[in-house]
Amino acid sequence: MANPLKCDLCTKPATVHLTQIVNNKVHKVDLCEQCAQAKGVTDPSGFSLADLLLKASLNPEPAAPAVRCEQCGFTQADFKKTGRFGCPACYDVFSSLIEPMLDSMHKGVVHTGKVPSKALARKSLHDRLTKLETDLTEAIKSERYEDAARTRDEINQVKHSFGQKPSR
Amino acid sequence: MTISSLIDSPSELTDATGSKTAIVLMTRVRLARNLSGNPFPGWAKPAQREEILATCREAVAAAAPMKRGLSVTLDELSELERQILVERHLISRELSGTKAGAGVVISRDQAISVMINEEDHLRIQVLRSGFQLKKTWTAIDELDSALEERLDYAFSPTLGYLTACPTNLGTAMRASAMMHLPALVIASQMEKVVRAVNQLGMVVRGLFGEGSDASGSIFQISNQTTLGESEEGIIKRLGSVLNSIIEHELNARQKLLEADPNKIYDKIGRAFGILQNGHVLSSSEAMNLLSLIRLGVDLGVFPDTNRSVIDRLLIEAQPGHLQHAQRGVCEPGQRDLIRAGLLRGEFANFTKPNFNSSAAGPN
Repeated sequence: MANPLKCDLCTKPATVHLTQIVNNKVHKVDLCEQCAQAKGVTDPSGFSLADLLLKASLNPEPAAPAVRCEQCGFTQADFKKTGRFGCPACYDVFSSLIEPMLDSMHKGVVHTGKVPSKALARKSLHDRLTKLETDLTEAIKSERYEDAARTRDEINQVKHSFGQKPSR
Repeated sequence: MTISSLIDSPSELTDATGSKTAIVLMTRVRLARNLSGNPFPGWAKPAQREEILATCREAVAAAAPMKRGLSVTLDELSELERQILVERHLISRELSGTKAGAGVVISRDQAISVMINEEDHLRIQVLRSGFQLKKTWTAIDELDSALEERLDYAFSPTLGYLTACPTNLGTAMRASAMMHLPALVIASQMEKVVRAVNQLGMVVRGLFGEGSDASGSIFQISNQTTLGESEEGIIKRLGSVLNSIIEHELNARQKLLEADPNKIYDKIGRAFGILQNGHVLSSSEAMNLLSLIRLGVDLGVFPDTNRSVIDRLLIEAQPGHLQHAQRGVCEPGQRDLIRAGLLRGEFANFTKPNFNSSAAGPN
């Protein structure tokens, strides 16, 4: 199956492929029609590939060392091919790749909408419990029994609120 | 509920009571959601997809509005059944093409569908006939909050809901309206409208989304961006864009009637003649003819009550529905004969056009 190249600036299929030689180095960009127009690629008089490369923070051909998402094994090359990411953690791993794209892709770069507050509260509670349990183990190991007792009480408290209101 | 009982019961779209809004045929909101710590469907291994499918199916089917609905995996559905669901806008073309590890849960009234392992783990959709953006958003917001009780969504405080494609980040919401805009098409103004709408950050697509054509003068208008704006903000902005498109369509109708009423009545009258007597009708020709009859209803050429008949036929004349009614798969050429037959039957007893009592006055 044909897998068309994605635009370097957004994720639409690239239809404009440009190669320029500057200082004996080959620079290549793949753009969709809109981005090509927006960047003035279709207007030969006012266009400089160097500017574009700079703006898109793209490196000339020998690309930066391949970053890999530890969670799912996804690479930057995979993103270039599919225009999709591998897993939620990819957004952290490839943040430097994504950030410059967001501005042209969206109205803003920071989320201002709905927040899954129940799921987040559940997660933070879960994280807290995990931390407390580690604390408890360590307190017992180092024979700080007063701390251990206090931590155990706290764990029970957290577990209790879990049981009663698992969503909060 | 089984797939065959779902297919045989009327969909939200064919429901006659909802057809009061003339220009906006239906409103739809969809949310993309993913489970944290799991690879997105396009990158997940088959076993992971199955696992995600099972988790999501269980949680979705347990949500109150989905009780006694349909919950199936895609491989349980025949080609024809998938096509019917696409024609009812209950699943996407993309989902209908997946082989393994995908599913859909559809509410009993066919107003809600949740696709599992499409591009994202969950694609939640609520659909209402007519122009009901706010109600549709409220309904989907509630369902989403209910699902959140059981599922850990992938979310970032700065990027919002994390989606496989960065174009959906943030609210991960696409709100859309399906609009019938025949006068703008006849007056060749659609291109202008599309450009203006694009500048406002909205997208115009054909009836079945990306890459589909706009036969029947039916268009989908939706928000393009999802990050940096709240759901309510997007809904409000889309609503005002839709209202202004409605205004333009009404103006275009008025202008057509003022400039040359015979031209528009001739189109409607001919469409009626072909629907009553034609013997070979392709899907797209049928859509265009039905669209003209629908315009006729809006202009008072046919009684208002006929609009719901047209809206039903717009769906029943689609290839999947047609073949289902015939109880068998058939070739496109054969289908064109059957489609013409169906429409001849429907229009044999249809109210005759009355061009004198129409909105613009006697001609």
